[in-house]
Amino acid sequence: MKEVMEASHAVADAVKAIEPDVIAAYPITPQTHIVERISEFVANGEIKSEYIAVESEFSAISACLGAVATGVRAYTSTSSQGLALMHEVLFITSGMRLPVSMTVVNRALSAPINIWNDQQDSISERDVGWLQLYVETAQEAHDMTIMQHRISEDRRVLLPSMVCLDGFTLSHVYEPVDILSKGEVQSFLPKYKPVHAVLDPKEPLTQGPIGFPTHYMEFRSELVKAMEGSLPVIEEVMADFSRTFPVQIKDSRPEKYYHVEEYRMQDADVVLVAMGSVCGTIKEVIDDLRSKGIKAGLLKLITYRPFPAKLLAQKLAPYKKVAVIEKAISPGSRCPLYTELAEALYDSKERPALRSFIVGLGGRDVTLGHIEKIINMTLKGEGAKEEWMF
Amino acid sequence: MTVDLGRKKVGKVEITTGAVLPSNGSTQSNKTGGWRALRPVTDHGKCTACGICWVYCPDASRFKDKDGKYDFVADFCKGCGICADVCPVKCITMVVEEK
Repeated sequence: MKEVMEASHAVADAVKAIEPDVIAAYPITPQTHIVERISEFVANGEIKSEYIAVESEFSAISACLGAVATGVRAYTSTSSQGLALMHEVLFITSGMRLPVSMTVVNRALSAPINIWNDQQDSISERDVGWLQLYVETAQEAHDMTIMQHRISEDRRVLLPSMVCLDGFTLSHVYEPVDILSKGEVQSFLPKYKPVHAVLDPKEPLTQGPIGFPTHYMEFRSELVKAMEGSLPVIEEVMADFSRTFPVQIKDSRPEKYYHVEEYRMQDADVVLVAMGSVCGTIKEVIDDLRSKGIKAGLLKLITYRPFPAKLLAQKLAPYKKVAVIEKAISPGSRCPLYTELAEALYDSKERPALRSFIVGLGGRDVTLGHIEKIINMTLKGEGAKEEWMF
Repeated sequence: MTVDLGRKKVGKVEITTGAVLPSNGSTQSNKTGGWRALRPVTDHGKCTACGICWVYCPDASRFKDKDGKYDFVADFCKGCGICADVCPVKCITMVVEEK
């Protein structure tokens, strides 16, 4: 059903259709609209999920971990400081291979206190062993919430996942969205069947035991393998989703979901790489510059964990100039996405000149002017290797 | 419910998915009382058998003795002293363990 709604509500409506067994969440700006709407659904009896109103994000993720350990489906959502508070349990969730699904509404981290958007929160959790998928539109947020469950719960994956969407600039923005019905969602996403983690007195198990030095490294290497093995599963689920649910609203999502979306990259003199809602702004600038004869393109990255390094190297190697635009930093080093892309391209025989641009930290507007400037600087080779677009 | 632990060998080591073990109660065979520096000594004359120490013990290391009064489980008690702290009649004294 087509509706105009904010991305937060598009996510909440996806959760409503999924009807997880357990939802545990703690409200934090800018994630609040998601959990408010879900708790309304529960209070009105529209869904039968067990909603646990916890006292912190540490408890929220712990409750979800515990729920999935008993063999049921669990969902949570958070932002910024909340995600940081979950940090140690995130490792435990992935280490125990429990497919919890979470929506991260991206927000800056203190200090100074800032409730507005950047992607430092989820980028800083890149090493916890969770899948990370970044979305640009409300439609993508809705669709990816449904897909993430199927990907995480696939027995070839069994890893928790985060769908990351920009706070305010996407979460609170109204867009036309095609909302899938409960029947459509549940036929695409079958009931959760636990594989290795269940609570059954007839078949007692121990979960979360100690891993001595004789075994710990093997478990960690399996986690890495599971991450790598999830790439084709993500691809498979995205392809199935795109086939099952064709685009209803023009430009609301890629026709065929994939790890990346290529936008006007053909014959481009400069390619931008970015994640999330900023891609909408970038596309508009590209259209404008193309009409003036400047050939720019965009490679939008959706799958950030696992990092599709080979795919990115293959897509970007043919170009001369690439600019990475990101809303996160790594103090004392280069930006996270930039360094990983540089690593991905290192073994390519031909590789582009790679530039790093920092934009939109703590909710600073990323304007059409910023993007146009980035494109011009990259084309002319002006400025430093890493530039702050204040 | 059929469980698939995903047993497999990585090099010489056998592992399962997420380190799930097909048994329970391993905490009973792994004795951890050796970590203790202080031992809770209970004065059974004063103990009223209220059971508050049993409720608060984070390690299930309080038990009812033959005389109905509470004492500690030497194999698992780590000597945290919570029982001594919560005892309403102060019948538990923490004493330094000596070899």
